[in-house]
Amino acid sequence: MSDFTANTSTPKQEAQFGDYFALLKPRVMSLVVFTAFVGLMVAPVSVPPVDAFTAILFIALGGGASGALNMWYDRDIDQVMKRTQSRPIPSGRVTPGEALSLGLWLSALSVVMLGLAANWFAAAFLAFTIFFYAVVYTVWLKRSTPQNIVIGGAAGAFPPMIGWAVATGGVSIESVLMFALTFMWTPPHFWALALFMKSDYDEAKVPMLTVTHGRPHTRKMILAYTLLLAPVAIATGLTSIGGPVYMAAAVVLNIMFVKGGYDIWRRSEDQALEDDYKTEKKVFRFSLLYLFLHFGALLAEAGLRSFGLGGW
Amino acid sequence: MPITETHEIHKRRFGRNLGVALTLVGFVAIVFFLTMSKIRNGGSFEAFDHSVRPSITESEGESQ
Repeated sequence: MSDFTANTSTPKQEAQFGDYFALLKPRVMSLVVFTAFVGLMVAPVSVPPVDAFTAILFIALGGGASGALNMWYDRDIDQVMKRTQSRPIPSGRVTPGEALSLGLWLSALSVVMLGLAANWFAAAFLAFTIFFYAVVYTVWLKRSTPQNIVIGGAAGAFPPMIGWAVATGGVSIESVLMFALTFMWTPPHFWALALFMKSDYDEAKVPMLTVTHGRPHTRKMILAYTLLLAPVAIATGLTSIGGPVYMAAAVVLNIMFVKGGYDIWRRSEDQALEDDYKTEKKVFRFSLLYLFLHFGALLAEAGLRSFGLGGW
Repeated sequence: MPITETHEIHKRRFGRNLGVALTLVGFVAIVFFLTMSKIRNGGSFEAFDHSVRPSITESEGESQ
């Protein structure tokens, strides 16, 4: 006989390892990994491969940690919206306390490990990024302003700057422009999605631009941001990380993106409904390619430079 | 007396436990290889620890 009784009752749905991994928002992490990697590779200082790998891994983990903190705080919204009801917390597989704990511990671990692998400036930058996404965006902006996507997009735009800081230990015009490129790209990317996604943000009381200012205004803002984005993309090509390959890609991609923004702007809601948001979906898919090819072109320039080619 | 599997919880949590184990092994490997890389690349691994250490103050003396 024993006076110890273990609680071994079977819950309805028990969390598997994958559920904890899902808290880290792997799809967002893939963007973080790619842009941080490019930021690191295009920097003028070389980093030993093991240090670079470790740095990118913990930048990604820091991004994942902020995703877990976001899911912890937004669990009431996720419960209401159909798109997010199957996430680990609203589905009951992971408790809110577990998500908070995982988010906080992984935040601390990723910042300390990045400090040890690279430098403490990059680590402080990562800590600020986690704070910005988890507190400034999730807690403050997301529920209070339709500009949530715009300002919150900064959190997703910091990784190339962190990658650059890993190599150089600082900030420069090149890293600021890589930040600006992702920052200005975020609004047209998300608003194109918001136009064709029949989302229930309204029910969840999240002020999305499509709801607060209407769809015609959102269409106008998409065009405005594609126009503001173009000079940022071109200016990046004029710095030390740019070159003919990047510039050629940037000119073509920005003409196409502005054209997409214009096509969205001149369409009415009825026209969009008629062809099931064909143009909006096309521009959204193109926006993914846009960012990937810009950073890919920067990487290509860095690769060519190592062979004595590339650059101006 | 050997420890044997006595409850279905072992099977139910096998995936999660395996995931945690592999993550921890991965973390140990990362710390190991990072340490090797730092040593190999000649980074300073001596620092001020509240006692005089000529090996890290020498360069300051030279520069004056």
